[in-house]
Amino acid sequence: MKRLWRFPGGLRLPGSKDLSTGGAIAPLAAPARVYLPLRQHAGAAAKPVVQAGDRVVRGQLVAAPSAFVSAAVHASVSGRVVEISDHAIPHPAGIMEPCVVIEAEPGRAGDATPSLGPVPAAGDMEALRERIRAAGIVGLGGAVFPSAAKLKPSRPIDTLVVNGVECEPYITCDDALMRERPEAVIHGSLVLMGMVEAGRCVVAVEDNKPQAAARLREALKAVVAGGRQDAGTLEVVEVPTRFPAGGEKQLVRTLTGREVPRGGLPYEVGVVCINVGTAAAVAAAVREGRPLTSRVVTVTGPGIRRPGNFEVALGTPVADLIEAAGGTTAEEVELIMGGPMMGRRLESDRTMVVKATNCILVTPVRTERSEPVMPCIRCGACAEVCPINLLPQQLYWHARGRSFDKLEPYGLADCIECGCCAVVCPSRIPLVDFYRFAKSEIADQERKRRSAEESRARTNARNARIEQQKREQEARKAARKAARRKPKADKAEAPEGEKQAPQDGEARRAVGGAS
Amino acid sequence: MRAGQGLDVAQGGAPFIPPAKRVRRIMTLVLVALAPGILAYTVLFGWGPLVNITLATASALGFEALMLRIRRRPLGPFLADGSAVVTAVLLALCLPPLAPWWLPVLGSFIAIVGAKQLYGGLGYNPFNPAMAGYAVLLIAFPLELSTWTLPLALQQAPADLAATIAYSLGGAGTGGLDAMTAATPLDRLRTGVGLGEAMTEIRAAPVFGILAGRGWEWVNLAFLGGGVLLVLMRVISWHIPVAVVGSLALISGIAFFLGPNHYPGPLFHLLGGATMLGAFFIATDPVTAATTPSGKLVYGAGIGVLIYAIRAWGGYPDGVAFAVLLMGLTVPLLDTYLRPRIFGARRPRVRDGS
Amino acid sequence: MEVVLLTIIALLFGVGLGVAAIRLRVEKDPVVDQIDAILPQTQCGQCSFPGCRPYAEALAAGEADINQCPPGGDTGMRALADLLGKEPKPLAGGDGEASDPVPMVAVVDESTCIGCTKCLQVCPVDAIVGAPKQKHTIIEAHCTGCELCLPPLCPVPDCIVMVEVRPTAANWKWQYPLTAAGERVA
Repeated sequence: MKRLWRFPGGLRLPGSKDLSTGGAIAPLAAPARVYLPLRQHAGAAAKPVVQAGDRVVRGQLVAAPSAFVSAAVHASVSGRVVEISDHAIPHPAGIMEPCVVIEAEPGRAGDATPSLGPVPAAGDMEALRERIRAAGIVGLGGAVFPSAAKLKPSRPIDTLVVNGVECEPYITCDDALMRERPEAVIHGSLVLMGMVEAGRCVVAVEDNKPQAAARLREALKAVVAGGRQDAGTLEVVEVPTRFPAGGEKQLVRTLTGREVPRGGLPYEVGVVCINVGTAAAVAAAVREGRPLTSRVVTVTGPGIRRPGNFEVALGTPVADLIEAAGGTTAEEVELIMGGPMMGRRLESDRTMVVKATNCILVTPVRTERSEPVMPCIRCGACAEVCPINLLPQQLYWHARGRSFDKLEPYGLADCIECGCCAVVCPSRIPLVDFYRFAKSEIADQERKRRSAEESRARTNARNARIEQQKREQEARKAARKAARRKPKADKAEAPEGEKQAPQDGEARRAVGGAS
Repeated sequence: MRAGQGLDVAQGGAPFIPPAKRVRRIMTLVLVALAPGILAYTVLFGWGPLVNITLATASALGFEALMLRIRRRPLGPFLADGSAVVTAVLLALCLPPLAPWWLPVLGSFIAIVGAKQLYGGLGYNPFNPAMAGYAVLLIAFPLELSTWTLPLALQQAPADLAATIAYSLGGAGTGGLDAMTAATPLDRLRTGVGLGEAMTEIRAAPVFGILAGRGWEWVNLAFLGGGVLLVLMRVISWHIPVAVVGSLALISGIAFFLGPNHYPGPLFHLLGGATMLGAFFIATDPVTAATTPSGKLVYGAGIGVLIYAIRAWGGYPDGVAFAVLLMGLTVPLLDTYLRPRIFGARRPRVRDGS
Repeated sequence: MEVVLLTIIALLFGVGLGVAAIRLRVEKDPVVDQIDAILPQTQCGQCSFPGCRPYAEALAAGEADINQCPPGGDTGMRALADLLGKEPKPLAGGDGEASDPVPMVAVVDESTCIGCTKCLQVCPVDAIVGAPKQKHTIIEAHCTGCELCLPPLCPVPDCIVMVEVRPTAANWKWQYPLTAAGERVA
């Protein structure tokens, strides 16, 4: 038996997973229209390569990565590009961002997906990486970091961790994928293991998903029997069910005993961590040349009629997905993208499934008022469950008082917003709300500081330019004077006078007037 | 999250699982865990503690309501949180069993108004309210606070409930009071040591029992039982009680080892006076105790040492209240400097798992 | 005797302090730089000085007050008060509300722009692109919202207007989690 380590804190939560594990993954019929945001990933938005009116087939590139940390976007249905315009992305405030809108043309549904080209040779790392980048693959566990960027670690890697833990309650998309397509997960894992040159690979599954683990082991056995030598170094490991066991840092700790340094990434301790869905997507891209155009999404919660897992084309409106799951049980529902611990409330169903969408959680709107927030009694229950060993009560204290500078030494940046502290708080303080608030305020201050710095530099450059022009003008004038009359000893010097502050009302115009 | 309960979706964001614990539940469990000790105290020392608890609780709730009213805070949630009741019960348990009515009432006033509400109410008080109330009473009314009744077994004519109430309300029925009161075991010890008596001599006095003070040993054991229950139910963490009991046992053990004739054994300290009540119920008051694990250990150990120091060399027979109040002063310091290591903070040794 | 002794001690301390003051001097940013670092660099001149740096210089010299920078908002005023050891005060010309301004940028209506280049010349951060008789446009990322280009400088009414900075996923902020009554924002 493989030795496992323990990460600090954590919580045992009721899984509520059997709600959605009844049936097989159901393919969702192509929607009438898909809305493909140009940024469904961490990093820079992709650059569109199609125009309104263009005909596209499923799998065709519609937006190309614009930077190293960026990802391609492909048409998820065959049809016509209607427009590239702003639509509400899955965001708590319903923020609009540019999307490629494609109207499906049902007659062309059978069009072949364009292949990404011939399968690269197994040893050609650069070609494989390029293939994964061209397929638009990002971390499907939720972080949506472009996978290709992760596969060029600057330090030696000894372990590839394939994350099938799925510790959030309700969500079962990875579970369904592992049960139904274990072979794709194993194959993708082997490809990735070769790419990062890891000596071994661990596929981790939470011990509340014995079926998934069993199916993975069967698939692994079949692959080994098929003659894959490297498959022998791959093992399926069950980890204890304790939220957030599937967090990257927690899982690396559980499996290897290593701690990812503060603010660091797993590769710094010799580990690369990839979600099982991502591994399956890699298998599809490398073996079949299929880019990422769909994903498995769990639709579940007390507010949906027929919970289950669906294979959904990216860009599908959430409303279509809910309809496919039998509609809602209540007139008014709340929608969450992701799980109940770390998901995001959606402003409405007028948004779409993106690469990060693992779950749509539907719950009836609560009619009763929630209980009042009481003062913190410093019981420390939050600190006991914090998987990062932070002191949530102190973070709360400073965030509440807007003492943002005090939050850094208490490790606000290390907070993974797992929500454990808020769930155990007897005073019902929305602790994580405070951390998010403080983080976004700090980020805003930093943004303002940077833009002020940029403005200062631009102003200085402009002033220097004006000064220069003035000097040149003076020099020319002096030269002309000198040419006209006989040379004189005195020369024109840039007048100091203009630097003096003009009086009140004059000042604003004077700023420009100086030029 | 309990089965069947909906998700609580607020604008602020996840988690959407409503918290299960309440302040009220914590306080209720504390009161439940106090029950065995209160029962033992009542059985062994008469009705006095119950009368004190009743008076202290009623007046504490009254003062709390009054102050909330004055401070324009909602009455409902803050009265129902149970914190005032816990404060009142802890205060009452520190008072002599037979006490005039104004003692628990005044104590409640000092605790609730002076030590808690004037500092901002629940969660904002820097000092343990029950102990602040007790300490002020002890300094202001040393006589009343040192008139302790004997265990019932040593009394000739124990007061029944009616007589206890009558005494509390009007000082009536005091005829037999002298026969009921005597020095507590800790007092007896102090006088004995002062007179240069040998420990065997002191321990032979009727106020001493098998393990420690007569009666007190069982009361302490009952509080220990309730306290262990709280730890097992994870209402309180083990750090503070273990540190208090451990440091007190260690230091009294060393003293006993060096001079068994001059110092009572560790058991006497652990099961004497308010040790167990203090270790499990008073020192663990979350608002005024340290909150980090290592901070809690230092805080608890400090209390244990101070309890011993005050008992051995201080001016008062028992030192729990002052020990808790004094260590309360160090809490901001402890919380600032004894923080847990943030995950991934230091490069840990790289160990291989296979 | 005592007087002599004390005098000697006093002298020794004096020398010690003097040496320490020179040897152990802490090199700090000149106060002007520290003030300038707080100012928002909008270069708008609303403080009555021609830009942020001149205002910083005037503040350092004690010739200006800390509440003269509306773009810095309440936060900026408080930071200045903190740095300079002054009492916070409401912003000059404000409505007395302690708040920060909503970030705005200028936008040129390209259908009415006559290409006069006036705005080009005043923009303190060179955020406007254009040439004589050509339509001008403002690079949103560089615009500080100083309003210097607005009419009456711009001869065409409603050609240059201020609009709120569009909320994006990158600049969106979470609101304060509790209401004034101490309840969770529902």
